[in-house]
Amino acid sequence: MVQNLGYLKETPSQTAGPYVHIGLTPNFGGISGVYERDLGSSMVNEKTLGERITVTGRVIDGAGAPLRDALIEIWQADAAGLYNSPSEMRGAADPNFTGWGRCPTSAEDGTFVFETVKPGRIPFKDGRLMAPHITFWIVARGINIGLQTRLYFPDEAAANAEDPLLQRIEHRHRAETLVAGGRAPNYHFDIHLQGEKETVFLDI
Amino acid sequence: MSDTENRRPETGAFFQRDRDWHPPAFAPGYKTSVLRSPRKALLSLDNTISEITGPVFGHSILGELDNDLIHNFAKPGESAIGERIIVHGRVLDERGRPVAGALLEFWQANAGGRYRHKKESYLAALDPNFGGCGRTITDENGSYVFRTIRPGAYPWPNGVNDWRPAHIHFSVFGHGFAQRLITQMYFEGDPMIWKCPIVGTIADARAIEQLIAPLDWANTIPMDARAYKFDIVLRGRRSTFFENRPEGN
Ligand SMILES: [Fe+2]
Repeated sequence: MVQNLGYLKETPSQTAGPYVHIGLTPNFGGISGVYERDLGSSMVNEKTLGERITVTGRVIDGAGAPLRDALIEIWQADAAGLYNSPSEMRGAADPNFTGWGRCPTSAEDGTFVFETVKPGRIPFKDGRLMAPHITFWIVARGINIGLQTRLYFPDEAAANAEDPLLQRIEHRHRAETLVAGGRAPNYHFDIHLQGEKETVFLDI
Repeated sequence: MSDTENRRPETGAFFQRDRDWHPPAFAPGYKTSVLRSPRKALLSLDNTISEITGPVFGHSILGELDNDLIHNFAKPGESAIGERIIVHGRVLDERGRPVAGALLEFWQANAGGRYRHKKESYLAALDPNFGGCGRTITDENGSYVFRTIRPGAYPWPNGVNDWRPAHIHFSVFGHGFAQRLITQMYFEGDPMIWKCPIVGTIADARAIEQLIAPLDWANTIPMDARAYKFDIVLRGRRSTFFENRPEGN
């Protein structure tokens, strides 16, 4: 016998289910009067520094249909590349930018919209700079554990070419699934759950 | 954020997720997962600053009744119908350390198994005094508590006769975005847990048992509400041995 490491197991995930709006965006879901407004519905205010951008997109299933009951969260650095988080040790982020947003996909056509700013670059562990990116986290009925991926920008070809995460993707056409379409200030990012265009999802 | 201000922020990368403990994306017994599951291998990578950091929420977002589902949607002087229960527990990380300042959001069906949602079509009645959502933030010891009614079981379209056992949905934020988790809590002694295709997406019975809250008789409030205890474990952080030490620790 040896000593027991004593680590606990992470609580297993379960699907967010079809009624995720009740818990996470109740005002959107038709339950008003409990919370003043839905958390994460606004990331910026009039004083936020940086280049304003809009990111729209859809989450598309294996039959080509957009999910109309999904919930997306994003997490990103501010325009200077700093996160609004106590674990950010490199400096103080813009106090007028939350860095975190939450948006349900539309019940009509499945689109999501985030009004945010373009993030700055952030160092990888070895000091190389990563290209500007936004972390995406997707939950929905039928998704058993939240799916994580990243959006990169189409107008950052040089930075993308040296990005350590993009470089780890073996097949070039797969890396392209992480690069948004459109151009400043309106980007479009479709997330494909399956098929030819399946988005690269992260175990990170 | 006030609860965590005096602590030294933790900056280590998180333990790799044990994907065999979690349900797989593709679990055909839960039919909706068939077209919504990625089929290619995930790209595995150690955390970067983008995953080590995460949003933290202050108590200022909380309203007085946010952790009281019996009253937060009810008309003044009225309350939700159902068996009154207290749900409490701690949020810990895999190293057993309390996660202070963790935002928990929860949602559930009413006592008859009916959700207040436009897409819900179950014939059970709505309760005019029950909304079904609540939230709270863990204290310095990682502890949380809320009051609600015990949700009912409900049928759902999957197999011809599939029912969900009574459950409460939980959404959890830790200190890093890589800890983000959504799960469900079940109730001790419910025989339907072992018949449910969504529970069954989890392969290991010990992992399922981690989602079953025991009746906490000691904390039951006499003549008022029974208590259930549900502890939640988030990914733990590696010690920053021989790694960058921005504070010289
Ligand atoms: Fe449910």
